[in-house]
Amino acid sequence: MTAIPLDQGLGLAAALFALGLAGVLVRRNLLFMLMSLEVMLNAAGVAFVVAGARWAAADGQIMFILVLTFAASEVSVGLALILLMHRRNSTLDADANYHLRG
Amino acid sequence: MHELLWLVPTLPLLGSVILMLGAGRLSIRAEAATGALSVGFAAVIAFTIAGGFLLSPPAGAAYEQTLWRWFDVGGLSVTIGLRLDPLSLVMMLVITGVGFLIHLFATEFMEGEEGYGRFFAYLNLFVAAMLLLVLGNNFLTLYTGWEGVGLCSYLLIGFWWRDPANGLAARKAFIVTRIGDTALLIGLLLIASRLGTLNIAGAMHNAAQSWPAGSPTATLAAFLLLGGAAGKSAQLPLQTWLPDAMAGPTPVSALIHAATMVTAGVYLIARTHVLFLLAPAAQYTVGGIGAATLLLAGFSALAQNDIKRILAYSTMSQIGYMFLALGVGAWGAAMFHLLTHAFFKALLFLSAGAVTMRLHHEQDIFKMGGLARRLPVAFWSFLTGSAALAALPLVTAGFYSKEAILSGAWADGNSGRVLWAAGVFGAFITGLYIFRAVFIAFFGEAHTEVSGRYGWRVILPLTVLSVLSVLGGLIELPPAFGHVTLLSNLLAPVLPATKEAASVVPLLVASLAGLLGIGLAAVLYWRPARPPAETPLWRFWHAAAGFDWLYERLLVRPVLWAARAGADDMIDSVYDAIAWTARQVHEQVRRTQSGRVRLYTAGLAIGSISLIAIAMIR
Repeated sequence: MTAIPLDQGLGLAAALFALGLAGVLVRRNLLFMLMSLEVMLNAAGVAFVVAGARWAAADGQIMFILVLTFAASEVSVGLALILLMHRRNSTLDADANYHLRG
Repeated sequence: MHELLWLVPTLPLLGSVILMLGAGRLSIRAEAATGALSVGFAAVIAFTIAGGFLLSPPAGAAYEQTLWRWFDVGGLSVTIGLRLDPLSLVMMLVITGVGFLIHLFATEFMEGEEGYGRFFAYLNLFVAAMLLLVLGNNFLTLYTGWEGVGLCSYLLIGFWWRDPANGLAARKAFIVTRIGDTALLIGLLLIASRLGTLNIAGAMHNAAQSWPAGSPTATLAAFLLLGGAAGKSAQLPLQTWLPDAMAGPTPVSALIHAATMVTAGVYLIARTHVLFLLAPAAQYTVGGIGAATLLLAGFSALAQNDIKRILAYSTMSQIGYMFLALGVGAWGAAMFHLLTHAFFKALLFLSAGAVTMRLHHEQDIFKMGGLARRLPVAFWSFLTGSAALAALPLVTAGFYSKEAILSGAWADGNSGRVLWAAGVFGAFITGLYIFRAVFIAFFGEAHTEVSGRYGWRVILPLTVLSVLSVLGGLIELPPAFGHVTLLSNLLAPVLPATKEAASVVPLLVASLAGLLGIGLAAVLYWRPARPPAETPLWRFWHAAAGFDWLYERLLVRPVLWAARAGADDMIDSVYDAIAWTARQVHEQVRRTQSGRVRLYTAGLAIGSISLIAIAMIR
C-alpha cells in the first residue's frame, strides 16, 4: 500500500474546507449551517492526519482525536441552541430574525 | 483594669455595627437597648478605669496601650495606640458619662421616628470616633477620630433627610469644618516632617527641644492646628455652621454640638499646649478669637427666637470662653469649663428637647409661654441649666468654671485685662439672653397646647445632669471659697499650672455682671409675649453679624461664577473633540453589527484569508 502524496491529501482537505465554508455562507437553515461547520472541522482533521502520515508522527492522529472531541461538544451545545431557537421563533432561518442588531 | 481601655471605644463601635447590620431585623426595643447599653457599658468600664487611675496613678501619670502597627514606611512608624492621661481621662468620662445620659434620653425622645435604629447606629459611631479622638496617642489616630466625628455630625444633622433644608445644613457643617480640617492636616504633616514623629507626646517633646520660642515653624504649625480647632469648635471665622446644625434631632445637638464634638478644638489646643507656648502669636490669637466669638455669639443669641438657635449661639459663646482661657494660659480653667459646660449645656438642650417633645416640635419661644406650671420637670431642668450658664454665683457649677477663666485672664497682664473685660461683658450678655428665653418661654400666657407625660428615660438624665450642673463645680473652688483643687491637681502632670488673680475684686465684678444680666432680663421680659420688631439692628444680630451673607458674596458666588465661566474653555474643547470623534466612529462601526450570522462568517472568512494571503506573499 502506497502512502497518499502530501499535496493530494492537503488538496482534499482544502476542498472539503472550502465546501464547508460555502455551506455555512450559502445555507440559511441553521441545522445545515451546523453540519457545514462539521465538514470544516473534519477538513482540518484530514489535514492533520495527512501531515502526520507524511512525517510518520503520532501527533496528527492525536490532534484529530482532539478535533473530534471539540466537534462533539460543539454539536451538543449547537443543537441545544438550535432547539431553543426553534421553540422561540418556530423557524430555523438564520436570516429571519436577527435580534442582535447593534 | 487599665488593660480594658481598648474596650471603651470598641463597645460603641460594636453597637453601631450591630445596629447597621441588623437594620430592619431588630425590634425597636432591641435597637434602643443596643444603642444605649453599648455606651452604658463603655461608661461603666471608663469609670472603673478612672477609679483605678485615681487610686494608683501609673508611672508618669500616663498609661499607653499599643493596639497594632498601622504602617511603617520611610522611617515613619505609626501605631494605633491609646493613651490614658489625666486630660484624656476627663474627656473620656465626659463622653461616656454624658453620652450615656443623652442616649438614654434619646431612646424616649426618638420614639416613633422613622429610622430609629439608624439614629442610634450613627450616635454610637460618633461616640466611638470621639473616644478615638481623645484617647489616640498619635496625631493620625486623633485625626481619624476627628474626621469620624465630622462624618457622624454630617449624618446626624441631615438625619431628617426628607426636608432638603436639613441636608443643606449638614453639607454646610461638613464643608465649613472641612476647611479647618484641611488646615489641621497640613499642620500635622508639617509636624510629622519636621519633628519626625506623629506620636503626640514625642512630637511635643521634640518641639520643645528643637524649636526656639517664637520660631516661624512653630508659629505656623500652631496656627494650622488653630485653624482645625476653630473649624471644629465653631469659632471665628469658621463659626457659621453651628446654628444651622440645629437642624438635627435635639439629642444630637446636646451630644455633638454642645457637650463633646465642638469642644474637640479646646482639647486639641490643650493637648498641644507645648506648641502654643512656643508660639506666643498663635496663643494670643486663640484668646482674641475666643473673646471675639463669645461677644459676637452672645449678641446673636439675644436676637434669636428659636430656642435651639439661642442654645447654639450660647455654645459658641461658651467655647469662646474656653478659647479665651487657652489664650491666657489658663489651661486647667479651660478644661474645667469644658467639663461644667458639658453638664449644663447638655442639660439645657435636653430640657429644650423635653419641651419641644410636648409641643409638637415647636421651637419658637414666643409660641411657648407659661410652661413653668405645665411642664415642671422641663422647667426646673432648664432653669438649673440657665442658672449654671449665666454663672449664678455660689450655687452653680458654671460660676466656678467661669470665675477660674476670668481670674486667669485677670492675672495675665495687660492684654489679659482686655480679654477679662470682654469676658465680663460676655457674662452680662449671657445672663441676659438665657433668662430672656426662660422668661418668655416659661412664664406669661400659654400659647400652645401641651400633651403627654415624661417617662423615666427623660426624667433620669435631666435629674442627673441638673445635680451635676449644681455640684459639678465643687471639684475646683477659688481661694476665696475654700480653695479646693481636685481637678487642677489631677491635671497637674499634663497641663502647666493656671495663674490666679490675687484680689477678690475681679471675681466680684464678674459675678455682678452675670446677676445684672439676669436682672435686666427680668425687667425687660417678665411681661413679654410679643416678638421683637424687625429693626435693622435686630436683623443684623439675628443673622449673626451677617457672616453668612459675607461668605456667600466673598467665597460661594465667585467659586460658582468661576465654575460656570470655566465650563467651556479650551481644555474642555479638546476633551469634547475626543468624545465627538469617538461618537462619530461609533455611529459608523455600529452599522456592521447587523445581527446576521452569515455576514459575520463571511467577514471572518475574508479576514482570515486576507491575513494568510498577506503572510504568504511577504
